[in-house]
Amino acid sequence: MSDMHSESVGYVRETFLSEKEPPLQETGLFKWVRVNLFSNWFYALLTLAAIYVVYVLLSGFIPWFLGGVWQADSIRECREIAGGEVGGCFAVLTDRWYQLLFGFSYPSDKYWRPTLAFVLLFICAAPVLFPAIPRPFMILTLLFPFTAYWLLWGGTILVPLVALAGVVAGYVVYSRLVARSFAIGLFGGVVAAAVVWWLGGFVSEAEPRFLALQEVASRDMGGFMLNMILGVICVSLSLPFGIVLALGRQSSLPIIKWICIVFIEFVRGVPLITLLFVANVVLAYFLPPGTNFDLILRVIIMITMFASAYIAEVIRGGLAALPRGQYEGAESLGLDYAQSMRLIILPQALKISIPGIVNVSVGLFKDTTLVSIISMFDLVGMIRGPILASTDWNGVYWELYGFAALLFFIVCYSISQYSQWLERQLATDHR
Amino acid sequence: MTKTILLGAVAAGGLIAGAAAAATLDDVKERGTLNCGVATGLAGFAAPNASGEWEGFDVSLCRAVAAAVLGDPSAVEFVPTTGKTRFTALASGEIDMLARNTTWTFSRDNDLNFEFTGINYYDGQGFMVPTELGVTSALDLDGATVCVQTGTTTELNLADFFRKNNISYEPVPIETNAEAQQQYLAGACDTYTTDASGLAATRATFENPGDHVILPEIISKEPLGPLVRHGDNEWGDIVRWTLNALIAAEEMGVNSTNVADMASAAGDSPEINRMLGTEGNLGDMIGLPNDWAVKAIQANGNYGEIFEKTIGENTPIGLSRGLNAQWTDGGLLYAPPFR
Repeated sequence: MSDMHSESVGYVRETFLSEKEPPLQETGLFKWVRVNLFSNWFYALLTLAAIYVVYVLLSGFIPWFLGGVWQADSIRECREIAGGEVGGCFAVLTDRWYQLLFGFSYPSDKYWRPTLAFVLLFICAAPVLFPAIPRPFMILTLLFPFTAYWLLWGGTILVPLVALAGVVAGYVVYSRLVARSFAIGLFGGVVAAAVVWWLGGFVSEAEPRFLALQEVASRDMGGFMLNMILGVICVSLSLPFGIVLALGRQSSLPIIKWICIVFIEFVRGVPLITLLFVANVVLAYFLPPGTNFDLILRVIIMITMFASAYIAEVIRGGLAALPRGQYEGAESLGLDYAQSMRLIILPQALKISIPGIVNVSVGLFKDTTLVSIISMFDLVGMIRGPILASTDWNGVYWELYGFAALLFFIVCYSISQYSQWLERQLATDHR
Repeated sequence: MTKTILLGAVAAGGLIAGAAAAATLDDVKERGTLNCGVATGLAGFAAPNASGEWEGFDVSLCRAVAAAVLGDPSAVEFVPTTGKTRFTALASGEIDMLARNTTWTFSRDNDLNFEFTGINYYDGQGFMVPTELGVTSALDLDGATVCVQTGTTTELNLADFFRKNNISYEPVPIETNAEAQQQYLAGACDTYTTDASGLAATRATFENPGDHVILPEIISKEPLGPLVRHGDNEWGDIVRWTLNALIAAEEMGVNSTNVADMASAAGDSPEINRMLGTEGNLGDMIGLPNDWAVKAIQANGNYGEIFEKTIGENTPIGLSRGLNAQWTDGGLLYAPPFR
């Protein structure tokens, strides 16, 4: 062949030319800039305008941030130190750091307790959040609410222990009886738990000093800690309640169905702030003077009610999105209602609902700042009330609200990133 | 379960409401602390400091009452209230008294069933303008733009004042004091109007307070005072006379440094003796130990000392006594005699 080839063509190249660099404007940064920022005159104009805006913002922000004063006792001292130069007064953050995090009346030598509870939160939530962690570690998650209560509120360890014993007793009785019927199991479990709590009440009252931490009243909780307490408790409670409500709304028993519908529609039709005012103000009229139905507990109940109604609707959306065949398939396998829900329907419905649930959770976490309106000192309440009203710091706005925004952004962005990761993990659809 | 609690609470509340009204003093003594409603934070009047201790002008009154009743100025449970929650907190019995710079008005006294027990600060609405405008009187403000908080009596007083003097203005409605500060500094309005004490506190936070001046005209009456529930006159008397004792102490020259001396033995002035309990039995008449006024004065000093310490001219708030001077100095403070 080669002979023929050499005869038929006068010249053939026998080596490859070495590759040339692509032209400068077709590669790397240049290409990216040209294609993305200056592809035509209109985009070029927009780019220049955007660069100008960024420049203006940064030229204001950077000197303000770098020239900031971090050590001073009052805004006047801040201004003296800055000496007429531009500079934020970040000294308010260092001066009131613990107040921003824990409120102003949490005992200062006990700050380690909420800090420890915060660290434990991550350790104990991990087994639920990450499927890779072995199942037995779930026991940590179950123990966390009781440990956290003891750390935050203090008092004798018997109170959370009795609560735990009640839950365990309830579960044991439930698992014995559930073979006969779900309703009997549930009823038996609740009764067993109530009996243990009632009996345990005498024990913990008799020994109030047994392994006791110094008690801290709910009124003394504040700062970002209060936002975290409300956010974590209400989100984790509203999820199960939301599922029950969503299933209840689809129930074929009219009374359950109507109770759920009325509850959901009523709560969704009322602004959260109204519910909070009810919790704070109206309940005080009904309770006899002197009885103190814990304010945080009242607020938790109201926020949980609010959030579960929303989550119920999100989950109902997930249930409705499942094809009818899934329900029929579950029935044709001979599964009863509880089994079909637990094994077939809910895993799929919940997966579909993740973005909606996360949406509600993030919104709920931010809504916890509304408690500042009913004179609780959460992070925003601390800033609006005591800190801005003190003669030392009246007039510092950007630094304080910026700090609050930063804390909330960190938490909300992490939740959102986690949920996206979870969606990718659970993705089984056909692509 | 919540339902049964609620039902029980309604029933019990109905029974106890009548009984509780008459025995606030006993409740406070049994509890060992005074529940005192204060603002969630108002510069100079009530705010927790860096170590979480409440301090301020209104707070000092709570401490004085606690000292008079319980002998201990720190036996106070401060209940922070907002403008919206303050009256329900008092009406429902959550707090025993409210000291939250609340204006004494006819409807609050009668319609809301409260009893104002005196006036601890005479306030009034004023104007603040930048010095460079060269305005020296509110009557020069013809055609000015005025920053004013919406939905307040301030707004109504403003309209009245300008109509009465037949001059025109343009209101710039704003929501909060913080927003007002920003708007005013940014030049969105020529003048900012609110209570004079608020103006002074606001001006104190400016970078150059000297560039702004508060005009001499005060266009409304805002008498601020502590209040209690209707129906328990003994308790109302205690709060009223504790305040009177602080005011009278200043008038008679009794202060926190010399009160212990004066109370150790009867002195030359019969009225001081009666007030401090070295003579007569005024304490018995209001159900308190005879040295109640001594304790109240020891808590934070007399009225003048409290004023100087919290909002006076040497503090960043920098208020002058003005109307709040003793009647002997041309002010309005006039405590009835201790006899």
